[in-house]
Amino acid sequence: MVTVTTQSGQRRAPKAAKTSSVFKKVVMAVSGIILVLYLIAHMIGNLKAFSGREDFNHYSEWLRTIGNPALPGATVLWIIRIVLLAAVLAHIWAAVSLWRQAKRARPQGYVTRKAVAQSYASRTMRWGGVIIAAFVIWHLLDLTFGAVNSEGHDGSPYDRLLASFQNPVSTIFYAIAVILLGMHLRHGVWSATQTLGQSNRRREVTVNYAATAFATVLTLGFLLTPFSVLFGLID
Amino acid sequence: MTLTEDGPRAATAPHEKPGMRLTLRIWRQQDASAPGKMVDYRLDDVSPDMSFLEMLDVLNEQLIMEGQDPVAFDHDCREGICGMCGVMINGRAHGNGLHEGHPQTTTCQLHMRSFKDGDVIDIEPWRASAFPVIKDLAVDRRSFDRIIQAGGYISVPTGTAPEAHAVPVPKKDADFAFDAATCIGCGACVAACPNASSMLFTAAKITHLGLLPQGQPERDDRVVNMVAQQDREGFGGCTNIGECSASCPKGISMETISRLNHDLLGALRAGVRPKS
Repeated sequence: MVTVTTQSGQRRAPKAAKTSSVFKKVVMAVSGIILVLYLIAHMIGNLKAFSGREDFNHYSEWLRTIGNPALPGATVLWIIRIVLLAAVLAHIWAAVSLWRQAKRARPQGYVTRKAVAQSYASRTMRWGGVIIAAFVIWHLLDLTFGAVNSEGHDGSPYDRLLASFQNPVSTIFYAIAVILLGMHLRHGVWSATQTLGQSNRRREVTVNYAATAFATVLTLGFLLTPFSVLFGLID
Repeated sequence: MTLTEDGPRAATAPHEKPGMRLTLRIWRQQDASAPGKMVDYRLDDVSPDMSFLEMLDVLNEQLIMEGQDPVAFDHDCREGICGMCGVMINGRAHGNGLHEGHPQTTTCQLHMRSFKDGDVIDIEPWRASAFPVIKDLAVDRRSFDRIIQAGGYISVPTGTAPEAHAVPVPKKDADFAFDAATCIGCGACVAACPNASSMLFTAAKITHLGLLPQGQPERDDRVVNMVAQQDREGFGGCTNIGECSASCPKGISMETISRLNHDLLGALRAGVRPKS
């Protein structure tokens, strides 16, 4: 064994020292849970498309008037939007910050590297997340604001839905994003369980199966409506 | 030459058959500041009964005979219990997973029967900014020592050991604490982690001490300070991918990481903050 003296001494203390990496993971997990709860409600809401134009538009109108007349206008909707926006920003902040920390932690990569445990889902968390974020922006412009939708903002929500998903390109882009989201959730649900300290050797297998089952159901639920529109089951 | 795990050994007596011919691609780096590169070496007549480190010894003898600088690599006990050795072999920490059905192992316990004639073997040091290269395959892992110094201990007076039965420990806890305590601090978890995170190492110590009565008084301070120190050393964050546990020669489980997170959240809620 060689005795070594390093001139550099203590390595520089990065900002990470002040904000624990585990704390950032907790921010990631909690904001992720908020977004997952929203996604469940969103997926169920989408299935309203199967009960016809009137029901769907009525449901959409209800979202804007929850709590009326006790609360004025779209108060509840705006509260939901603000909470979601905060969760998305917190999720992105934690992700970017940990991504940078990981980059700093291994400035020089391996010449040869073979993974033994990672899944496609866990490997694509970061870039998958970026693609999902880009999709969400397009998705809002398409169906909420109608900016990139041929029906525009003046059409009813049901008309915008049909206009968007009768276009195969739009449906395929949606499908790719939703499948990526499903994989993001598969690893995310398991990872959040670990991060919040709720996993153990006994539960590990169950948590992983549950994560896969949940992600699959949610993905299929989201894919059902657009493909039904594309194939004319909803018109 | 084909090797089968349960084939009769006597039939392949090493003296009668020529050994394996291997091409080694080894990371050579003069010191921490010099740039390094992969260098090819040919090695003939390697016995399948050699350990991986014995194979490197043979290479070094050959290099010395040729008047070249031998390859620096860390090793000590060569029994898989000290944690000194460890290199990336064909992209895997300690070469784990190279051989079907091969138990997880340290580099010193990997044998050349896991390879075959004509193989090209890539050998690289652990790569993490918290594990700077000293020379060739040897890295400086004192960042691990500093994580332990930050709280990976119990403060008790030394001297005559008290009667072991005086403090009962549930069998389940004792077993799990022992499993976690088998961590030898080799650094394979960091090397294998896509984020170069030291979570499994820190979590093993948190679990080991956190499960035992003697570890309770300092439990909150321990987790907060050890996690702060690993961030300070420049390790990455954990993304629960599981490469660490799959590469660990002692099979430390992912549950230890969940336990660390659980303890840290509890300590932070209790208002414990890291010492600066």
